Amino acid sequence: MDISYRWLQSLVPGLDLPPEALAERLAMCGAPADAVIALGEPLRDIRIARVIEARRHPNADRLSLCRVDAGTGELLNVVCGAPNVRGGATYPFAPAGATLPGGMVIKRAKIRGEESNGMLCSARELGLGRDHEGILELHGDFTPGDSFIEAVGLDDWRFVLDITANRPDLLSHIGVAREIAPAGDAGVVLPPVAATGDGRAQALAQFRAARVHRVSDAGEAEGIRISIEDAEKCPRYIGVVIRGVTVGPAPEWLATRLRAIGQRPINNIVDATNFVLHELGQPLHAFDLARLRGSEIRVRRAAPGESMVTLDGEKRDLSPDMLVIADAERPVAVAGVMGGQESEVADDTRDVLLECALFDPRSIRRTRRALGLSTDASYRYERGVDPEGMERAARRAVELILATAGGRAEPVLLDVNPRPFEAPVAPLRPARAQHVLGVALGADLLVSLLQPLGFRALAADGDALRFRVPGWRAYDVTREADLIEEVARRYGYDRFPEELRPFRPSAVPDHPVAILEDRLRSLLVGRGLLESRTMGLASEAEGDVALTNPLSSAESRLRRALLPGLVHRVEYNLARGNRDVRLFEIGTVFAPGEPGAQPLEETWLALAFTGARHAPHWSAAPEPYDIWDLKGLLADLVALLYPAAGVLEPGTHDPLLVPALGFHVPADDGSAWVAQGGQVAPGGVDAPAWAGPIWGMELRLAGAELAPGARGYRVVPTQPAIEWDLALLIADAVPAARVEALIVDAAGASLERVAPFDLYRGPGIAEGTRSIAYRLRFRAPDRTLTDAEVERAVERVLRRLKEELGVERR
Amino acid sequence: MDLIQELETLEREGREAVGTVRDADALEALRVRLLGRKEGRLTAILRQLAQLPPEQKPVIGAAANRVKDALTELLETRAAELEAESGGAAAGLDLTLPGRTAWRGARHPVTLVVDEITAVFRSLGFTRARGPEAETDWYNFVSLNTPLDHPAADAADTFYLSPGVLLRSHTSPVQIRTMQAFQPPIRVLIPGMVYRRDPFDASHAPGFEQIEGLAVDEGITFADLKATLAEFARRLFGPAAKVRFRPSFFPFTEPSAEVDVTCFLCGAKGCSACKGTGWMEIMGAGMVDPAVFEAVGYDPERWTGWAFGMGPGRIALLRYGIPDIRLLYESDTRFLQQFA
Ligand SMILES: [Zn+2]
Repeated sequence: MDISYRWLQSLVPGLDLPPEALAERLAMCGAPADAVIALGEPLRDIRIARVIEARRHPNADRLSLCRVDAGTGELLNVVCGAPNVRGGATYPFAPAGATLPGGMVIKRAKIRGEESNGMLCSARELGLGRDHEGILELHGDFTPGDSFIEAVGLDDWRFVLDITANRPDLLSHIGVAREIAPAGDAGVVLPPVAATGDGRAQALAQFRAARVHRVSDAGEAEGIRISIEDAEKCPRYIGVVIRGVTVGPAPEWLATRLRAIGQRPINNIVDATNFVLHELGQPLHAFDLARLRGSEIRVRRAAPGESMVTLDGEKRDLSPDMLVIADAERPVAVAGVMGGQESEVADDTRDVLLECALFDPRSIRRTRRALGLSTDASYRYERGVDPEGMERAARRAVELILATAGGRAEPVLLDVNPRPFEAPVAPLRPARAQHVLGVALGADLLVSLLQPLGFRALAADGDALRFRVPGWRAYDVTREADLIEEVARRYGYDRFPEELRPFRPSAVPDHPVAILEDRLRSLLVGRGLLESRTMGLASEAEGDVALTNPLSSAESRLRRALLPGLVHRVEYNLARGNRDVRLFEIGTVFAPGEPGAQPLEETWLALAFTGARHAPHWSAAPEPYDIWDLKGLLADLVALLYPAAGVLEPGTHDPLLVPALGFHVPADDGSAWVAQGGQVAPGGVDAPAWAGPIWGMELRLAGAELAPGARGYRVVPTQPAIEWDLALLIADAVPAARVEALIVDAAGASLERVAPFDLYRGPGIAEGTRSIAYRLRFRAPDRTLTDAEVERAVERVLRRLKEELGVERR
Repeated sequence: MDLIQELETLEREGREAVGTVRDADALEALRVRLLGRKEGRLTAILRQLAQLPPEQKPVIGAAANRVKDALTELLETRAAELEAESGGAAAGLDLTLPGRTAWRGARHPVTLVVDEITAVFRSLGFTRARGPEAETDWYNFVSLNTPLDHPAADAADTFYLSPGVLLRSHTSPVQIRTMQAFQPPIRVLIPGMVYRRDPFDASHAPGFEQIEGLAVDEGITFADLKATLAEFARRLFGPAAKVRFRPSFFPFTEPSAEVDVTCFLCGAKGCSACKGTGWMEIMGAGMVDPAVFEAVGYDPERWTGWAFGMGPGRIALLRYGIPDIRLLYESDTRFLQQFA
């Protein structure tokens, strides 16, 4: 919402806050300014100057040599090229050193041998118009040397206010004026419309005596008939007829006001309605009466298949749930959104029907959305227009039209009002206000805080004060809670104390996944991984749940898995020459749910890494990550999240991974896995030639052990252990895991640990066979084992290895 | 018995001298002076042994051996120390070369901010709650006092999955779910992803992190909200930080406020980040609207509460001086590593 400082001043006599202070004040009222634009700023160097004498340049026919009074105490020589310069006239003047709006700096110069100390300016040079016929002669009482912007009223500031959806009243100058006037609503005064010329002053005086003809559904006055066929969507419609207007440019003062808030002046009729819209917040529309068929206005729903061309030249297809303003034959406006082209006011318009209506916010909103057409009017109707300000707005618009376009208004306002406004009455218990706000505010104080905002105190109901809500707040203030907010706002948020009081701790336990996420992040960061965050949005190929209104096809689905997105992040890094990439992400994945219901969601953890296993060091060549890094990390995470899961099963079934170079942990809920990992299939990765394999894994946190498991104490051994190394020749067809399992089984209870510590393949070992060396550690909890006992156990192991697996000692 | 005294003196002086030696050459010189076979002081003492009566010889001899052993050990220990002190160079190592390090991991900058916020509110009695990212419009809007035809529920700003099912546009639905599942006192912190239909640019992302707080109990007031957020600001941004509440509008709180904190980049003097105002808008807050309590079946006459919400991503951008929100989601390791 754009607000002009000068316009505001015209409504609040005595408003003298500097613009910056006003912006601050507005922010504390709930209407912060996104920007405060000093409109005269580009013209700050321009002064008023009077040409005392202008004569022909001695060396150039088309130039004049002027003696100029620019208020400096001496007359300046100025060379001027404009044909209209004359002695005795007043012009805007850019002295030497001044900067023009375009950024050009005026310099003292010699022009054809004569000194020139500045420039007399045209409207175009000042950015004020296209007129390049000559310099801008100023008519009126001006003092040389004065600031040009102040002298002509361009010293204004535009406040670009950020108005929240609950405050449609602030979408007008009067609404903002009410907030900032010291006395509130009572301190706001509408400057009367003045007319020059006897005929206009007389027409104005006559109209001020016009009466209101109020009817419920339909009525006729002065040759126009108005009917409302849908009272719910249109509770009220005021029409006034003005005859004999002359369409032309609006006077400078009105055009200046509109320009100050960024509006383009169009003509006196449209500008008058636009002025009232921004002054009072009431949208208005002027129809060319001659173009309304049947001299009739019907407020009705659009008929099936009906269409019309709106002011912007677009053909609009209407549907029966849209409200239109129609004449006897066809729609002439989309109600509350935009007027029609055919009935618009044109240069030859003589008679005008002024519409001042009220529409249901929901209906306007639906129509606006359906048509994809948002206007100043629809924006305000959607949020709520003051039902009590309509007559005043209609009268003010008519007065402005009479004053600026002449003509004569019919002496009747036809007010069709099937649903008269009933002001809400809201209670306010002082004790409740204290209960919510935490400060004690007496009844008198409450009344004095609310009264200036237009809330009228009615007779109290027991402990509860009662307030009549003004029309301009009727949309958002209906309940006690709403009044309490107004009280707090008016009292001043900054006056509330900031002292912490005792509180009761939360009865809600920490969410277990939140705890788990913390532990995983600590663990993975400790392992040298960088946390990645991506969004849940994915392409069609990578998601099964579709958005109905995506921004792009690359973000048209919700991701089904985390790893693909993380691999894209690895690709992104490789493309930028980052060779060592170690990423993890904890995030949400989605699967289709029941039709029409929410999709299924799970929190997953994913890792993707590539490049060197260790940070570079001069002592050794970098080694790339391999499958054992992947398996070890995956096993650690599985042990943490799924302690009961046992070993990782070789192989994966995910097309993203190389099937033979990965592992998975089966799920018991019917899904393929609870954890999987392996080499990311190179075919699906966009990586430079130098890049090594990318390793990836995903783990579901949904079924994971959410709390750290009970960690029991086991006796720390006191007896010595005996270690025994066995180098075994194992055929490639025999998996190491079977060998190890058999060792455990055959060695007996005293075997504490068995682990491979070397693998050899090559000369001395038969083809198709490898040598794996295992270290066995034996210990009895209660006594010292003898070598003989261990030897017997090892013999058992070797015997069974040979018998059952064909494995021999090397 | 003079010899015994001489031996004791030798041991004492030798012990003192060893401690003052600074290099191997001096140590060798000291060794020769003390224990040298020809000129050493011990040798000099032992030479007098011949003149002693036979019965004294074993006693003095044993004492001399003990002193010799003690001094020898002292000299060897000191030699080892000196060796260690100069050892590297001696072994040909250039100790100015860098040492072996491990890869350094890092939490995401947004996580860092979430963690900090969580730590502050934890100490103020809050626990963490979570909820689904795909929600129904009832949870996302209606229960939060936002009718579906209200401008605040504009579909243009929300991703839909099917009629009535959407990606949550704020974490506030978790307020509703928490109140449905628990009875007060409630003090929960709700971090999570939210989605809005904003094209991805330098200052907008279609999905981003939000963190929200909710407190519900008997007798909780607007003044408590202000006090709590002021305390939060001091803990997060430093003891000099102040908050400013400005009236605002959220359908699910009333009174509502935008909460500004004194600019932590310029110390409230005014800079480009705070548009010269000295204040930074960091969150929205307000008292839970009675209509929200009614939606979850709480008695609004009995319970009061407040809620607040902020964007840790935005705070991360400001705090770390990150100019473009897209950096948060690109996962460039050169970016992420800066937070190690
Ligand atoms: Zn600043």
